Amino acid sequence: MRKVAVVGAGMTKFMRRAQETGKELAWETAKLALDSCELTVKDVDCVVMGTAPDAFDMVHMKHEYLSDGAGAWRKPYVRGFLGGGTGVFTACQAWYHVASGMFDVCLAVTEEKMSSCLPHPQGAFVTCWDQFTESPLGTSLLWFFAWEMNRYMTSHGITEREIALVSVKNKKNALHHPCAQLPGEITVDDVMKSEIMAWPVKRLDVSPTSDGAAVLVFASEEVAKRITDRPVWVQGVGWCLDTMYIGQRDLYYPKYVEYAARMAYDMAGIKDPRREIDIAEPYDPFSYKELHHGEGLLLCDKGEAVRLLVDGETQKTGRQPWCPSGGALGVGNAIAATGVMKVAELFWQLRGEAGERQVPGRPRRGVAQAWGDEMQVGTVVVLGV
Amino acid sequence: MSEKIKSWPGTPLGEKEIKEKRILVTEWQPNLKYAWDTGAGYGRYFAELKKGKIVGTKCNKCRRTLLPARLFCEWCFRTADEWVYLKDTGTVNTFSVAYTGTAAERLKVPRIPALIEIDGSGGVAIMHLISDVDPWKVKIGMKVKAVWKPKQKREGAITDIDYWKPI
Repeated sequence: MRKVAVVGAGMTKFMRRAQETGKELAWETAKLALDSCELTVKDVDCVVMGTAPDAFDMVHMKHEYLSDGAGAWRKPYVRGFLGGGTGVFTACQAWYHVASGMFDVCLAVTEEKMSSCLPHPQGAFVTCWDQFTESPLGTSLLWFFAWEMNRYMTSHGITEREIALVSVKNKKNALHHPCAQLPGEITVDDVMKSEIMAWPVKRLDVSPTSDGAAVLVFASEEVAKRITDRPVWVQGVGWCLDTMYIGQRDLYYPKYVEYAARMAYDMAGIKDPRREIDIAEPYDPFSYKELHHGEGLLLCDKGEAVRLLVDGETQKTGRQPWCPSGGALGVGNAIAATGVMKVAELFWQLRGEAGERQVPGRPRRGVAQAWGDEMQVGTVVVLGV
Repeated sequence: MSEKIKSWPGTPLGEKEIKEKRILVTEWQPNLKYAWDTGAGYGRYFAELKKGKIVGTKCNKCRRTLLPARLFCEWCFRTADEWVYLKDTGTVNTFSVAYTGTAAERLKVPRIPALIEIDGSGGVAIMHLISDVDPWKVKIGMKVKAVWKPKQKREGAITDIDYWKPI
């Protein structure tokens, strides 16, 4: 397989509600990403689209609707869909389009417009449960996260206050992100006092719903070396799906993330991810998820992520910063676009272009991860310079 | 950030713009109805619930119980070997005290959704609700028992079990 590089990136602000339509967001961002590496749509050989459920917009085959904004007119075009795992998977998908030798330049476009769904986009998930054994109970999507957080906390003896530190860290990191929706200086007490959504999940443990788009430009080695002297290489990709039957797996640990990570690390030749990875962007739609996913990414032992957090190792200036972008908790969570925002963060950090967010010590390798589908898919990308 | 990017696209709107109708929106509410077939596996599972029994299937090769009952084992990809009756008691695997409903609306009285490991299944859990207890006294590992709806009110659905109650 050929070497593949990320050569350009762009994103919109993440917003509670954007005035722009989905395709306007996609267009502005695709143009921005192409401009950032001085390519035009004529240089693009194929386009991959990542956007989460049609039910958010209730636009049938949303990727077709978005296609002109994504630069896909008269080009090979395909949508990947893994729910919340879509964004990082879109990067995996772009990678294999180019690695296969079929295309030299692939535009990876992700877009989400959650605000169209009233009264709250959570209602769009009403059909994501089993229609016989689950939905009739009057399910709420938050149940799932509450169960997982409770199981995780109880299995390892971790407290709500310790987990709240993730929200504190990420919202603070997001203060320096120009696209952030909910940056801020908050305290553990603020998190503890915020209203209970579904215990143990409280309002400040949860990322906001967002509108936004994020785009990456992928190129073959030959093209990448011609257009930039700072390509960021895709060193590994991985993805894995666990069972749909929620009662058949133990929620305390995301095995599917471990399997996806092992696939990506094997490809990247990484034997000890704790030492060989400089920065990580685990998916953090909920505070506990950053810790849970960090363990699945094999960045520490099971139940130990909280210790790294408390000791400051995952802070921006720590040994291995996690979510230096500010994550979904701080920047916002425009589902599919969040995954690409995380890969874009690695791209900017590894090129030393992250401005005030730049982590010290010239990071050379990073891992980004997303999670979704029926809360049991892991998608992983390793980038390096 | 990338030195080449000077300004970031996107125009955030607030509640104000929407309430004052300063932006144009088109509203639509779908009016759709569906009828889903339970199929053979779930069909019997629900028929047994109507009788007040919880039934699963077994894969003897993988030595595990399939619950909710289904016709094939996805591990070894064979037809399930037999039907097995399980107890209507179990252990709380995890739970929540939920103040939000399906569309994230606020609930005045919290519900206690839980995963309950069914006795006799080897630790396989089903999703259901706990009730008739102080929500803050529920614990992982607590033993619970099904509270069935009266026979004449059962309709062959997961809701034939009204809720689970600590024992």
